[in-house]
Amino acid sequence: MLSRTADHLYWMARYTERAENTVRMLDVSYRMSLLPRNNGSSDDGWGAILAISELTDAYARSGRPLTARDVIEFVVLDRDNLSSVWNCLRAARENAHAVRGTLTAEMWETTNATWLEIRDMTPEKLQVTDLGEFFEWVKFRSHLLRGVTFGTMLHDDAFQFVRLGTFLERADNTARLLDVKYHNLLPQTESPTGTTDYYQWGALLRSVSAFETYRHVYRDVITPYKVAELLILNHAMPRSLHACVDEVNDILGEIANLHSAEAARQAGELHATLHYGRMDDIFDTGLHPWLERFLERINRLGDRIGDNFLVPVAA
Amino acid sequence: MIADIKMTVAKPYDEMHAADGSVRAHYRSYADWLERMPRERIERKRGEADVAFHRVGITFNVYGADGGKERLIPFDLLPRIIPGDEWTALEAGLRQRVRALNAFLSDVYHDQEILRAGRMPSELVLNNAQFRTEMKGVDVPGGLYAMIAGIDLVRAAGADGKGEYYVLEDNLRVPSGVSYLIENRKMMMRLFPDLFSRYRVQPVEHYPDLLLETLRAVAPEGVLDPTAVLLTPGAYNSAYFEHSFLAQQMGVELVEGQDLFVKDDTVYMRTTQGPRRVDVIYRRIDDDFLDPQVFRADSMLGVPGLMSAYRAGRVTLANAVGTGVADDKSIYPYVPEMVRFYLGEEPILNNVPTYMLRSEEDLAYTLAHLPELVVKEVHGAGGYGMLVGPAATKAEIEHFRQLIIAAPEKYIAQPTLSLSTCPTFVEAGIAPRHIDLRPFVLSGGKEIRMVPGGLTRVAMQAGSLVVNSSQGGGTKDTWVVG
Repeated sequence: MLSRTADHLYWMARYTERAENTVRMLDVSYRMSLLPRNNGSSDDGWGAILAISELTDAYARSGRPLTARDVIEFVVLDRDNLSSVWNCLRAARENAHAVRGTLTAEMWETTNATWLEIRDMTPEKLQVTDLGEFFEWVKFRSHLLRGVTFGTMLHDDAFQFVRLGTFLERADNTARLLDVKYHNLLPQTESPTGTTDYYQWGALLRSVSAFETYRHVYRDVITPYKVAELLILNHAMPRSLHACVDEVNDILGEIANLHSAEAARQAGELHATLHYGRMDDIFDTGLHPWLERFLERINRLGDRIGDNFLVPVAA
Repeated sequence: MIADIKMTVAKPYDEMHAADGSVRAHYRSYADWLERMPRERIERKRGEADVAFHRVGITFNVYGADGGKERLIPFDLLPRIIPGDEWTALEAGLRQRVRALNAFLSDVYHDQEILRAGRMPSELVLNNAQFRTEMKGVDVPGGLYAMIAGIDLVRAAGADGKGEYYVLEDNLRVPSGVSYLIENRKMMMRLFPDLFSRYRVQPVEHYPDLLLETLRAVAPEGVLDPTAVLLTPGAYNSAYFEHSFLAQQMGVELVEGQDLFVKDDTVYMRTTQGPRRVDVIYRRIDDDFLDPQVFRADSMLGVPGLMSAYRAGRVTLANAVGTGVADDKSIYPYVPEMVRFYLGEEPILNNVPTYMLRSEEDLAYTLAHLPELVVKEVHGAGGYGMLVGPAATKAEIEHFRQLIIAAPEKYIAQPTLSLSTCPTFVEAGIAPRHIDLRPFVLSGGKEIRMVPGGLTRVAMQAGSLVVNSSQGGGTKDTWVVG
């Protein structure tokens, strides 16, 4: 397939996944903010939301106060914030538009209809929108696109590039979420293995649809150690780093070309780290440095994939 | 020379109603259906069509419109119906005309016999800006230049009240609109399936199949399993929807210039599995932008080296480079002569009488009759740069007068044809609106083929004769029945 087509498919998927993960985060923080305050924590985690998406500086420049309403508006709608949900869905649609002939009618119509619906959203309209419903809607649209992609698209290379975008983005997003949330919440507890604020940690799990999964897997109270383990090492948990890297590794095997050996090596190495990794070792390294290193490696792999498949230099 | 011909008649030909107001035979069943159909239901269907077109993204980018982005082409629910025998006659005329046009193109880029025989003025061809000297002596597969031709037909009332078809212009460069023809049919079948049990409407949805066959048939000699691609200027082009639609329907790659490169006179596309050879390019960009090494150096849309590969016969371009010399408005008056010269036949289709303003006699007549005439720029297209005398203000007429006097050879004039009308849903109910017809004629391999009918464009404004979508025109589904 055309490299440019692969590039658009890959970014269509990445932006859609990013929009979904962004509202997952927002949704949880929003629900938390509705709970009666029990610990007087500073900002209900709104600052953390900005930190996760590396928007702290941009937000400071925008001059907005650190309130729920302002952060949500900035993260959802701000036209200058290139990672805003609005911009992600616009970019997803523009990428889809550029390759609509490669998409099935259902995929294109789903992406296009999502954009048409959010296009005219304004801060004023958002004020009177039920936020919970809105977040659900964004997630639902992302689920729908993934569903029609799996259900209607030929499982050829084009399909693999869509998946590649999805899982690279998801690996990145989960790692960021864990990194920031973990360190925001941990000071409240004495050790990673101790029990902690049920609602705060429960919320983190819910943001990746893993609350029930946690119960099912551990049948235990929620401990930060196990939350980290579930989100990093559990290969069966669809939003964990291990699961995402498994997928990326498989896909790179499917789409290999003459120049992609290094991308495959990097993915394999990353995969081994997760496959054979142990939680104790990760905590010995320090969770934060470990996740930072992981993000670096995922980004490097993304660049390498770009060079090898998406915008190759002329042969 | 044709100063006496009067084609304007008071009442335009109505496709659905005879002069006495009765419904023509081929519309009777439809009229019967329409009468029983509650208006609200039609309104609701109109709404449904709008939503569906938007969601599918069947849009058209209008240059200069606000934001310059994606607007829907108005789709009218009332079909244009053509009786089968009428179409059969048209089809024969179209085949003949396109055969002659291809013969002409092959001739002017080789021996130029028609010029040597004095059947048309040499300078008209040789000094034409659309005549590409780069094409002289280049052999193209099958001797075919315009594999895809869009021939614009209009119908005017003759003296006896019968509708007479005329060719308004030949589009041999990158004619567009065929995707609407197909989508309109799909939409009608979805909205009013019951209508299709009343009429045996000849199908049109197989067009992409015919097009793919056509493209593969003109591959360079010796290529057994040719790879065709569709070359688009990109997602911001006004016809991008169509480009992507056709590429998808044919199952060929939709490429932009940046996706292709030329090495050793061979064209390749950049794929995730490395370079892959391209044999046939259905290009939807103009000659000028094809190759910055030969044509416009500032073109970002083209492929450096493409012309060299093309001239070497290593890749086929559809349509060929240089077809513009045959659809130029200054050449148009000579097409009937081409039919006689190359085919030894009398033309089946009529030409609209045309005043060539480089001739002093025609110029004088035109300047004296501007309010009655349509004046067109010789190289213009898409309804831009055109004066419709009867609809123009005094100021517009004066403006054109000055333009013509400054450069008469750049213009032609024609009598204002009273284009036929077809009933159309408008705000106030159903009213007649002017229409035209663009059949798409495919030449590749041995035969010339087309899907029955074509794209019917409709001027949505009362009285307007301009049907171009860039000028706010709409479309109708076109049925060839029986």
